[in-house]
Amino acid sequence: MTLSRRTMLATATALALAPVAALAQDSIKIGEINHYKRLAAFAEPYKLGIELAVEEVNADGGVLGKPLEFIFRDDQGDPAEAIKIAEELMTREGTVMLTGTILSHVGLALSSFAAEKGYLYLAAEPLADSLVWASGNPQTFRLRASTWVQAAMLAEEAAKTDAIRYATIAPNYAYGQDAVAAFKENLTRLKPEVEFVAEQWPALFKIDAGAEVQALERAKPDAIYNVTFGTDLAKLVRDGGDRGLFEGRNVYGLLTGEPEYLDPLGDEAPEGWFVTGYPWYALEEGTPGKEFVDAYMETTGETPKIGSLVGYMTVQSIAAAIEKAGATDTASLIAAFEGLEIEDTPIGKLSYREIDNQSTMGAYVGTLAVQDGKGVMVDWSYKDPAPYMPTDEEIQAMRPAE
Amino acid sequence: MAFFFAQFLTGLANAAALFLVASGLSLIFGVTRIVNFAHGSLYMLGAFIGVTLMNLLPGHFGFWGAILLTGLAVGAIGAFIEMVVLRPIYRAPELFQLVATFGVILVIQDLALMIWGAEDRLGPRAPGLRGVWRIFGEPVPKYDIILIAITPFILFALWYLINRTRLGVLVRAATQDREMVGALGVNQAWLFTGVFALGSALAGWGGALQLPKGGADLLMDFNIIGAVFVVVVIGGMGSLPGAFIASVLISVLSVFGVTYLPQSTLVLMFVVMAIVLIVRPYGLLGREEVAGEHGQVGAPEQPIRPYGPTGRALVAALLAVLAALPFVAEQFVLTLTIDMIVFALFAASLHFILGTGGLVSFGHAAFFGGGAYAAALLVFHTDTPMELAFLFAPLAAGLLALGIGWFCIRLTGVYFAMLTLAFSQLVWSLAFQWRGVTRGDDGLVNIWPADWLNSPEAYYYFTLALGVGGILFLRHVIHAPFGYALRAGRDSPRQAEATGIDVKRVQYVAFALAGAMAGLAGGIFVFSKGSVFPTELEIAASFDALIVVFLGGVKTLAGGVVGAGFMTVVEDWLTRLEYWRLLLGLLIIAVVIIAPEGIVGSLRSLWMRIRGTNDEVAK
Repeated sequence: MTLSRRTMLATATALALAPVAALAQDSIKIGEINHYKRLAAFAEPYKLGIELAVEEVNADGGVLGKPLEFIFRDDQGDPAEAIKIAEELMTREGTVMLTGTILSHVGLALSSFAAEKGYLYLAAEPLADSLVWASGNPQTFRLRASTWVQAAMLAEEAAKTDAIRYATIAPNYAYGQDAVAAFKENLTRLKPEVEFVAEQWPALFKIDAGAEVQALERAKPDAIYNVTFGTDLAKLVRDGGDRGLFEGRNVYGLLTGEPEYLDPLGDEAPEGWFVTGYPWYALEEGTPGKEFVDAYMETTGETPKIGSLVGYMTVQSIAAAIEKAGATDTASLIAAFEGLEIEDTPIGKLSYREIDNQSTMGAYVGTLAVQDGKGVMVDWSYKDPAPYMPTDEEIQAMRPAE
Repeated sequence: MAFFFAQFLTGLANAAALFLVASGLSLIFGVTRIVNFAHGSLYMLGAFIGVTLMNLLPGHFGFWGAILLTGLAVGAIGAFIEMVVLRPIYRAPELFQLVATFGVILVIQDLALMIWGAEDRLGPRAPGLRGVWRIFGEPVPKYDIILIAITPFILFALWYLINRTRLGVLVRAATQDREMVGALGVNQAWLFTGVFALGSALAGWGGALQLPKGGADLLMDFNIIGAVFVVVVIGGMGSLPGAFIASVLISVLSVFGVTYLPQSTLVLMFVVMAIVLIVRPYGLLGREEVAGEHGQVGAPEQPIRPYGPTGRALVAALLAVLAALPFVAEQFVLTLTIDMIVFALFAASLHFILGTGGLVSFGHAAFFGGGAYAAALLVFHTDTPMELAFLFAPLAAGLLALGIGWFCIRLTGVYFAMLTLAFSQLVWSLAFQWRGVTRGDDGLVNIWPADWLNSPEAYYYFTLALGVGGILFLRHVIHAPFGYALRAGRDSPRQAEATGIDVKRVQYVAFALAGAMAGLAGGIFVFSKGSVFPTELEIAASFDALIVVFLGGVKTLAGGVVGAGFMTVVEDWLTRLEYWRLLLGLLIIAVVIIAPEGIVGSLRSLWMRIRGTNDEVAK
């Protein structure tokens, strides 16, 4: 194909004018801030999930009769940068609310900013408990099941066994520390006689797997609780497998079953671990979850990650909130998010709790196995988060006065 | 006992890849004096290329052949980088090349993402070496034993190359005195290219050899670079046996640290480096850097003079525009300008010690973030009024600088830089790990200004007054007798001492002053963003400042400020694009090659050429 200079110019002009054209169409804009480059492996499937959902929403006529539009911006994983972008999106680009981020600390920064400036922020992926509890505020809502809830699900399973001596290994930062604390608290409540014989804290993505495995082995635990993920997990699994660390021991892995972390392990996925994750390959035909998986694979040509699911449900939540509010001003949107109910998400009915602005998205738990050279979750089930939450009184005590 | 021995073996195995990468860096530094930040990127390329080749080539031969080929490929890439990016700028001011290597990091990051995709790759296993051997009953992975066995051969091969071949003679000669080597008729350009290629190949082999123990991912470039620099500095920059001893020392200590102090994983190696540098300022086997030996190349510079009437008028006009901004611009422009002023003050404070004092600090973010944290901690824990907490920011940062400076000032050059880096890493880990006080990386949130300052316009004027005030104050100090003394110490410590200047004390005070000014910037920053996180104390934050100072021009008055303004605007604009890291990297490299004196310096030279004035006229 030969492109004349004129065509190129015309295309360039069209591209330059594109935002103006969108404006003329009067779309409803959502500001989406994420670490697209810094955490590309997680942010890309998430973005694809969003794009799929936006396409579907707009094919159905959009929201309030207008097309929904997401503006994607990269914050480099830097909280200060994220705040700057948030301000630009809200004051200059005309977005009606903010969403995004994977890293908890960036989410917390945006949450604080949203509260101060009176914007609405839907934290899609950050897991930190404090986002809706200790640092919670009326402007911040959160979609994913938090660290506490997922750790509690694993603790419940662990309490069923007769293991007494536990060792933990978690990345040395807030998420890892919270995840270990939550597991310990829940397990000790369910089974007071357990003891924790070793706590290992590798630096995030800098694990010295051989040394960590030796240290865990030295403590002679009955069971191990793992919070490492990504490359740390791969190295731990490899070295631990070689050295026989997991033989005859129950291992509980937070997030280990999520495709983001499980897929790269290939046939070295650690069989027998009890994990939280996302068994998209085993969802039944005819369920909304399976429909999402099929649609996602058809449009993107890739297998879904949990980020894809979260991105998809983020858009569903936002679209439903705008429809419910019937307007796009922040006050109406916040009111709409309080107690918002969405019937047909891939996990079934989803709602946002009024007490702490947390959604009722739960988590899948199951046991890891290797099938056809790939790690999969078997004997899995989807668990509702409600039974694992602290009591309403405890939550109210944690949340600053609203 | 068997357990100790097994742990020791783990440490030795870890040392293998680390030594390969570190020896490459040390070699490059020794000969070319380039602090190659892109060395981690070459390591990452080695891992990705290794994975790709291993999947193509089957069997034993395929595995080891792939590793060999990977080194050659990465060596070729290194040679390309040296010829295209670094060769044009060898005559630029000292350490300027590190900015170019930072551009290379950004370019390689995006290229690797384009070529290999975002997902982590698990490294293939070495054929026949899966599983463990039992040594005194303790399981030791077979591949660990192979790595332990290989390392001495590599060390020997390098030793042979350096000590027994003609190339080695030239390399050693160039390490000692590269001017003399050039004078004796050796083609320096090819020597440099060859050494850079060899160093790169070693990094590539390091990346490929660690594959069976890990894999390839897009974060591994930054994840190894800290450890590699620590090893090179502990061993002594340029010393291969030093790099070997240091990688074994660090690796073995880390293994024992993991077992007996599991929380120490973040800081252990930086603590070791700080201790080694305090006891042995030039590393275990390093030599003292003789002043002047590797100093300034190129034409001697003109002293900086205060701006003439035209310059003053320009600055006044700029200030007038800034003062009028809230009346014409929308809110976001004010926010962006606040960011720019904060960054400019931060960069100006670094520029003050770097340009005027000749002290290259790699850890300046400790004072910026330290100031921000000091104010935020007061507000967060004691509800101190904002005005009082704000005053505490420069004060605390200044005190911190006094403390850190006391250890660092006695060193010079790259060793000074690395000790500041170690201390800034200690400050970072304190903020990161002491969760009871700092909330770790959950950060301190809801740190907003007092009511009378909370509107965007009010805070803008607050920032403008303090930021510009701070920058003008630093400028004033440069032209005060204190500034002249500082410059004398930079250009000629011995003569300065002879005229009665206590060089170290002057530098010490300047270091504290720069720290306080960075803390002031941090104070403005924290109340404009409402939160602070350990990110502000990271190595990357220090490098951001370093890069803008070099880009702006070290040997100019306005370098830091102009560089910061340039970078803020360019970043704000570029990050909207998909492959912004690639573009930013290329832009940095382009600026470095086209304007080796920095933006301000090159504009000045251009201006001089247009006016046709000779060098006698003040620059």
